[in-house]
Amino acid sequence: MSIVDISAKIPNNVNLADDRRLQRALEGWQPKFVRWWEELGPVAFKRSPVFLRTAIDVGRDGWAHFDHVEMPEYRWGIFLAEPEPDRKIAFGDHKGDDAWQEIPGEYRADLQRLIVVQGDTEPASVEQQRQLCLTAPSLYDLRNLFQVNVEEGRHLWAMVYLLHRYFGRAGRDEADEMLERHSGDADNPRILGAFNEDTPDWLSFFMFTYFTDRDGKYQLASLRESGFDPLSRTCDFMLKEEAHHMFVGATGVGRVVQRTLELMNEHDSDDVHPHGGLNLDLIQRYLNFHCSVSLDLFGAETSTNAANYFAAGLKGRFGEERRDDDHVLRDASRLVPEATEAGIGTREVTQLAALNETLREDYTEDCQKGLDRWNRTIAEAGVDFALRLPHIGFNRNVGTFRDHHVSPDGRLIDEAQWHAGAADWLPSDDDKAHVTSLQVSVTEPGKMAGWVAPPATGINRKPLEFDYVRL
Amino acid sequence: MGHTVSDLAISFETSPPQYRHWDLEIDGARATLTMNVDPTAGLRDDYELKTNSYDLGVDIELYDATQRLRFEHPEVKVVVVTGGLERIFCAGANIQMLAGASHEHKVNFCKFTNETRNCIEDATANSSQVWIAAVNGTAAGGGYELALACDEILLVDDRASSVSLPEIPLLAVLPGTGGLTRVVEKRRVRRDLADAFATRTEGIRGRQAVEWGLVDETAPLSSFSELVEGRVAARAAESDRPDHGPGLGLDPIERTDEGDTIGYSAVTVSIDRRTGTATFTIAAPDSPQPATPGELIEAGAGAWILRCARELDAAILHLRFNETAVGTWVFRTEGDPDAVAAAEQLLADHRDHWLVREIRLYWARTLKRLDLSARSLMTLIEPGSCFAGILAELVLAADRSFMLDGTWEDLDDPPEPATIRLTGANLGWFAMSNGLSRLETRFWGRPAALAAAQAAVGADLEAPDAAGAELVTFTPDDLDWDDEVRLALEERNSFSPDALTAMEANYRFVGPETPETKIFSRLSAWQNWIFQRPNAVGPNGALQRFGSGSRPDFDTRRV
Ligand SMILES: [Fe+2]
Ligand SMILES: [Fe+2]
Repeated sequence: MSIVDISAKIPNNVNLADDRRLQRALEGWQPKFVRWWEELGPVAFKRSPVFLRTAIDVGRDGWAHFDHVEMPEYRWGIFLAEPEPDRKIAFGDHKGDDAWQEIPGEYRADLQRLIVVQGDTEPASVEQQRQLCLTAPSLYDLRNLFQVNVEEGRHLWAMVYLLHRYFGRAGRDEADEMLERHSGDADNPRILGAFNEDTPDWLSFFMFTYFTDRDGKYQLASLRESGFDPLSRTCDFMLKEEAHHMFVGATGVGRVVQRTLELMNEHDSDDVHPHGGLNLDLIQRYLNFHCSVSLDLFGAETSTNAANYFAAGLKGRFGEERRDDDHVLRDASRLVPEATEAGIGTREVTQLAALNETLREDYTEDCQKGLDRWNRTIAEAGVDFALRLPHIGFNRNVGTFRDHHVSPDGRLIDEAQWHAGAADWLPSDDDKAHVTSLQVSVTEPGKMAGWVAPPATGINRKPLEFDYVRL
Repeated sequence: MGHTVSDLAISFETSPPQYRHWDLEIDGARATLTMNVDPTAGLRDDYELKTNSYDLGVDIELYDATQRLRFEHPEVKVVVVTGGLERIFCAGANIQMLAGASHEHKVNFCKFTNETRNCIEDATANSSQVWIAAVNGTAAGGGYELALACDEILLVDDRASSVSLPEIPLLAVLPGTGGLTRVVEKRRVRRDLADAFATRTEGIRGRQAVEWGLVDETAPLSSFSELVEGRVAARAAESDRPDHGPGLGLDPIERTDEGDTIGYSAVTVSIDRRTGTATFTIAAPDSPQPATPGELIEAGAGAWILRCARELDAAILHLRFNETAVGTWVFRTEGDPDAVAAAEQLLADHRDHWLVREIRLYWARTLKRLDLSARSLMTLIEPGSCFAGILAELVLAADRSFMLDGTWEDLDDPPEPATIRLTGANLGWFAMSNGLSRLETRFWGRPAALAAAQAAVGADLEAPDAAGAELVTFTPDDLDWDDEVRLALEERNSFSPDALTAMEANYRFVGPETPETKIFSRLSAWQNWIFQRPNAVGPNGALQRFGSGSRPDFDTRRV
């Protein structure tokens, strides 16, 4: 694309048409992005028109713009939420100061790091999910997958915008590197561990969008509090899209549970595997896995980085301004979990030191809500079973629990007990083989694979039979 | 922090009629500089400058004298420095002054006094104006260090006068004005004798001082002036300085302060307190400059080539002492590079003329003062700048430089891109403390890179070529320029000033050690460490207890 094309073709509310610096940076980066999408985006349906929502403005109408588009033609745009006049920094040592419209040199390196780490997750998940289009259980689901993918692509654009606009040459280099690291590439991996695992099947995809995209929501929500106003406004807008990703996860898992209950009822058996369904205990094991790896993404219980980011005004807490405290957190303390040989206890640290744990707790609370809904469905079906979030110490590789084994119900156990229980707690090879066996591509409009129930409604008031993806 | 420059006290402007502490007498080829410190005229009023002890004010006059002797008195071939008090040459830096000074003042004070002593050595070595110390009484501590800066030390043998470095036994600090270094490096005193000397409060007298190499000759009081005259005559005969003037009068430096902007004629300094930055803008000459020594003497102190150096020197000293919280110095230039090159051509064409030589040496000292300043140095090379020759040294002296690639595209009439031009001036006119040119220092151990840069002499290098020749650090274009520069300055200002000073000092002086680098690195660094230690400056430390009758209380653990 030429510079002229760039400013015309990229929907934005950042005055791209008059920003030579941004145009120049995007002129270099955009072709690399297109190439990346071709090489590492969805493996098939590359030229199929998909019924996608495109953000063309930040207003209500501009936001819900639906049409069939081929994914490479998707108009990845750059949007920041409307500015809040006279916004002040709400926390940390700069509390009460005017929010920054440019990055303070003092925090250049920290802000760049925060943005790069967040930005790196966005294309990573597209890479992780690229095979899933071959086994989508319906056109509806296929379309949702692609919607998530293009929006993760747009989230990358959002982070790249910040790097290009505010970080000069170093920012341009970082933006290029986001396309050079690849999920699962041993020599050149994505920054965070969870984003180097592939997403092999649709149950994993639903779990991923439920648990891991929700981590994204909490990270974005804390960055929305940032004293660096453009970051705050970017994240604010990204959160709207992220909500849809979690909707895909919550309804996806819910539909699997519902289908399982139907099959249990139909065959009067807890074991629906012979009938092409997924048993509730298998769903629980997948849930255990995805929940625990997502908990790791929040980092160790205490963190000097998180404390520094907060004190500097770079990254707040979830719902910072609604909280009723001093927003400085140097004096207040709280308990954080502590695992020792003696057992699982707690220790008291300053709230400032414990920000990771505070965010993880908020996240866990939010995760529980979906389980409550799924469990209501189970109870209404008259089945005596409840899905549970695993204990916070279960299967953790980061923080105090990393050197300990903890059962899903929160008992500190030894190595032998862990190995004995693991098959009951985490997806086994048999589980994976069974889930894989059910992955079939269903492309007839309105039809659904046998392991998942249809959604309650279609997209944008379209019927379920709508051709969400034109083959 | 809100003060403006005009509230601040320390001024470096003086001249012989205003001296409180020295008498300067010129007699043909001989100048006699007699130290006669006015005890009541210290810079602060909580100490008295008894027994020819000195503070910064005394040394400011000494520095002024070294400059005027060189520029105003071409006929002076020998400078005799002596004491004006009975039986006392000089008692060194005033202890009460040191005890009451802030750490940064002590450090700055020592640096300035060291630089002044280097000026004295520079006059002897390079200007053929030989300094002789006529030590006509006791020379203790800084008093003996002043004598050490002279090329010859003549000591009166009156059975009482001694030379000594009593800092360690009496004050628990070092003789910090080059004393330890010069005793072994310059005077070649054996190190075990030097050890005995520096721990003996009463010092060494007469014959023994000669035997140990601490002084060159002694004479009894009755024949002391004869000895001095003899040495003056001998050394004057060797000098290549002219027998007669005219000299060049160092007129007062004009300076106007407006808010946080200090305006000289060729140099302007504006301070941004938010980012702790002082921006020096140096203007090229805008009128024809002297091309011959005769024209130079006619132009006097108004000649750009001298005026610019004096103003830069004055600005550096002012900022060092009076603006300690301004941690980054940014250098910009404005004007025609051809005008700079034309002005410095005089220095190439007439290098053996005494005044031309002085100007070159003065630039060398001033640029060294920049290297030795505990500030981050950044150079911005933009369209309209004139980093040629002498001014290109500012690029090479910087810790980091930014050069605009291209031009200001947004302007209706975009200027020509910025250039850098190396000239002969960059190939050895201005040695650093390590004895190398800034170009050699930059490419230390990389002869091919040095040769490539040398091959570029005379060419106007735009950003890509300047980067290719490794002369500049970063070359952002106009789109990135503002942010890159702003971020670099803001980020710099957020780091620890101590760590930055230490890092910069480590990086600036690669390559060989010289007595000067030893004085400014090893001696000063240890001294500045001692200045922070309780054994020297704590409530029970030696500096506080000195003269109180009670002994200091040392923490005996070796560190
Ligand atoms: Fe995202
Ligand atoms: Fe997402």
